[in-house]
Amino acid sequence: MDVNLIFKIAAIGIVVAVLNRVLNQSGREEMAMMTTLAGTVIVLMMVISLISRLFDNVRTMFQL
Amino acid sequence: MDIFKIVMIGIIAAVMAVILREEKPEIAMQVSLVTGLILFLFIISKLDSVITVLKYFAGKANIDILYFSTILKVIAIAYITEFGAQVCRDAGECAIASKIELAGKVLIMVLAIPILAALMDIMIKIVP
Repeated sequence: MDVNLIFKIAAIGIVVAVLNRVLNQSGREEMAMMTTLAGTVIVLMMVISLISRLFDNVRTMFQL
Repeated sequence: MDIFKIVMIGIIAAVMAVILREEKPEIAMQVSLVTGLILFLFIISKLDSVITVLKYFAGKANIDILYFSTILKVIAIAYITEFGAQVCRDAGECAIASKIELAGKVLIMVLAIPILAALMDIMIKIVP
């Protein structure tokens, strides 16, 4: 029950949102876009590793 | 009890997702996806003991192991299909969700064909 993964992802989301707003204010929209993409990719990497773990569990359990 | 942990995690994750939904909907969707995954992993580990008991009874009642493993496969496919379809529906992609469900139904149908064939053979033997 690794609950801290949820908080890690939420923290990344909040940081990216704040960074995005700051960069937009300072006039660098393209940087803001880059940070948004980077945040999403990082979170996606975490989620994909968890999904593959789930699918392996189901495969071994149900002999799929 | 475990149910308290599960409910607490669900509520906290829902609050996190709502916070992020306005600013970053894509990361909010992934927060809900990860929460679903964690709860699913927790349930799957509980299910293991139930399956071993069922297998033991199936063995005692000398039910053919093929039928029992097919039932397990169908349950697994149903679980994963429902999980994927629900995640897509949360993200607002109802078209993708319905396609996943259609694929799940077809796969379950394909798995059930041998049992259907066995049933038909028995039926044909009975009817003179």
